[in-house]
Amino acid sequence: MEQPLTKNIRPGAEPLSLKEYERAGGYRAVRKALTSMAPQEIVKLVEESTLRGRGGAGFPTGLKWSMMSKVDDTSRPRYLIANTDEMEPGTFKDRLLLEGDPHQLLEGILIGAFAVQADIAYIFIRVEYSLPFERLKKAITEAYNNNYLGKNIFGSGYDLELRLHVSAGRYICGEETALLNSLEGKRPIPRAKPPYATTVGLWGKPTLINNAETFCSIPHIINNGADWFKRLSRSEGDGGTKIYGVSGKVKKPGFWELPMGTTLREIIEEHAGGMQEGFRLRGVIPGGASTDFLVEEHLNMKMDFESLQKAGSRMGTGTMIVLDDKTCPVGMVLNLEQFFARESCGWCTPCREGLPWIEKILRDIENGHGNPEDIDMLQEQTWLLGPGHTFCALAPGAMEPLESALRYFREDFEQHIREKRCPWR
Amino acid sequence: MLTEEEKKEIEAELKEYEQKNAVCIEAMKIVQRHRGWLSDEAIRDISEFLGMTPEELDSVATFYSLIFRKPVGKHVILVCDSVSCWVMGYDKILQHLKTRLAIELGETSAEGKFTLLPVACIGACDEAPAIIIDNKVYGNLDESKIDDILAQYK
Repeated sequence: MEQPLTKNIRPGAEPLSLKEYERAGGYRAVRKALTSMAPQEIVKLVEESTLRGRGGAGFPTGLKWSMMSKVDDTSRPRYLIANTDEMEPGTFKDRLLLEGDPHQLLEGILIGAFAVQADIAYIFIRVEYSLPFERLKKAITEAYNNNYLGKNIFGSGYDLELRLHVSAGRYICGEETALLNSLEGKRPIPRAKPPYATTVGLWGKPTLINNAETFCSIPHIINNGADWFKRLSRSEGDGGTKIYGVSGKVKKPGFWELPMGTTLREIIEEHAGGMQEGFRLRGVIPGGASTDFLVEEHLNMKMDFESLQKAGSRMGTGTMIVLDDKTCPVGMVLNLEQFFARESCGWCTPCREGLPWIEKILRDIENGHGNPEDIDMLQEQTWLLGPGHTFCALAPGAMEPLESALRYFREDFEQHIREKRCPWR
Repeated sequence: MLTEEEKKEIEAELKEYEQKNAVCIEAMKIVQRHRGWLSDEAIRDISEFLGMTPEELDSVATFYSLIFRKPVGKHVILVCDSVSCWVMGYDKILQHLKTRLAIELGETSAEGKFTLLPVACIGACDEAPAIIIDNKVYGNLDESKIDDILAQYK
């Protein structure tokens, strides 16, 4: 099984230096791209590869890049941003890539920047990621010292400046328009869309924003071609490998690079070693806090963007959180909604007012003070805070685990209310 | 007034951004590194230097969870309270920290040694439950491990 994204990653060891990365075949793709390919040719190749954005939404990467090439070329500087503000609860895949092989990310960024003819690139990283930051900083210095960044890279005449921006905490900064405000030094509330960042982005200029894992796939597509990339996957129209993760009461929590479309069952039972002794699986949040619960009957589904959408959930970041039979589902949903309520930026009313209210109702139920009508009220909230009713996707994302928990674990909510206590305590 | 050192460090960041006020987050972190936290005076100093109003800067400062507008202890303990850590025993970890330090979340222990704060998912879900002290991540925690870790901090 090929594992292009993680082949250089040695757990517990320092990442490859620039020279070591090159000896392992690194910076070959970017040389080829910058010296022998036209930007349009790269965009087309990425489109053909069927790579979809790894940040959670799964937007086709090539299509996003092609939107940049349609924008007025005289609007300068053009920007590229690698979004590594990884804060989706349960998600730890970008950390692995940043810590484990920072030069791979730099190479992907370089190719992406050349393809959309960006002048300046930013890596936006969360402040809690100290070790990834140190390693990235070192890699960037090495790249500058070797003129792999800066002016006339590889003698191609192409210039790129790369800057590392460290944030200061807050989940909403991962939302791409909030990220733009954050980077501009403004209060990071999301912006209205459209216009999209590819047209009006950082300081009003065309800006390409992709997730770190997305960029890391790019050098391999350049080296091996679109067909090879598609063949890595077990799903149609969703190429490549994916870094999947599992946390919760499994035997071996962790992350693995596997073919896109590997089933939930294989990931949980084979790679994560199945449930710990004495625990039974009750549910799975497949891709970070803002995705719908799945249950036993879904385990044979493929973990890819389309399959999970059909099952009424989302692949999100592909890092699962397992709910076991000794953990209270109401308590788990309360924990999730408390997170979303705290991380709401406060800009739009449904999110600012609705999430704390939901949190309060859930806390009442969990503590044995719930009323029978609370369940219907929560159900109504999932609509009120759902898609189209809020300024950005934070609240609708928060409703996904709640709505699905009310569907799959309704009896648990009712039991809390009936018995006026949490049966797990 | 910003010190010469603070000014120098902030000025070095200016070239990283197209506009001066975009440096504000970095500037606040620089001053926080020197002074431990950002007083009203610090907010005024930075805003003046960057050509912002203090209110404008404070609207940014108060948004971020790791810009401290109140004094913090010598070491800041960030306790991850997100879902993976919660499933793996966050409650016990937090209770133990609170008892050991005799403080609640948001408070600072005696002699200003530790401040205890909640933090959203720190991407250590495979080692849950986890905390960060200053810049270091500690995972797979239980009560006795916490005792050993706290003993390392003078």
